[in-house]
Amino acid sequence: MKIQILGTGCPKCHKLAEEAETAAKELGLSYELVKVTDINEIMGFGVMITPALAVDGNVKFAGKVPGVEEIKKHLK
Amino acid sequence: MSGITCACGGSPALIYTCSGAADVGELADRSARQLSRDQKGAMSCLAGIGGNISGFIKSTEGADKVLVIDGCPLNCARKTLEAKGLNNFRHLQVTSLGFQKGKTEVSQANIEKVCNEAVILIASPTTLKQENLL
Repeated sequence: MKIQILGTGCPKCHKLAEEAETAAKELGLSYELVKVTDINEIMGFGVMITPALAVDGNVKFAGKVPGVEEIKKHLK
Repeated sequence: MSGITCACGGSPALIYTCSGAADVGELADRSARQLSRDQKGAMSCLAGIGGNISGFIKSTEGADKVLVIDGCPLNCARKTLEAKGLNNFRHLQVTSLGFQKGKTEVSQANIEKVCNEAVILIASPTTLKQENLL
């Protein structure tokens, strides 16, 4: 599973990356976490608001940091 | 699509427009672009919603405010969002401002008139759906 954190490097982006990593570890997933910081690449996802999280290219949410438990629901 | 907004600083209104072929559709489209240029909001891609692109749909779900501008009473843009379960937006219909389909000049003055109404709607308190309040 590829978990992609979409954001240019703001505090919320960092927090989302941390929480996503925690969620993936707690679920025992085999994953690769990738931070996508290039704005053109982010726009290629159709994302208008960051931070956002995508799993294998599919955007799960944008514009928020929902917390570890909520993130887990998107990773299952 | 005008660019990406970081939620750290509070997100501006996302703006969708029908961009229809009729004069009022063009007026809606050009007003949305003007609002984006003036940083009153951020124009996004209605086709991305209809095309089921997850990034556009999830960005709309995560936006603090969404404004949908339709040219005429067919309300194609509004229906496109609703078809994806997106209901929390403000709605502006150009013909509700007195413009007539097929008889409207797409002038800077008329763009400004639509933009002025759009700015009022964007600033209004959040409701599930506001239709034709003006």
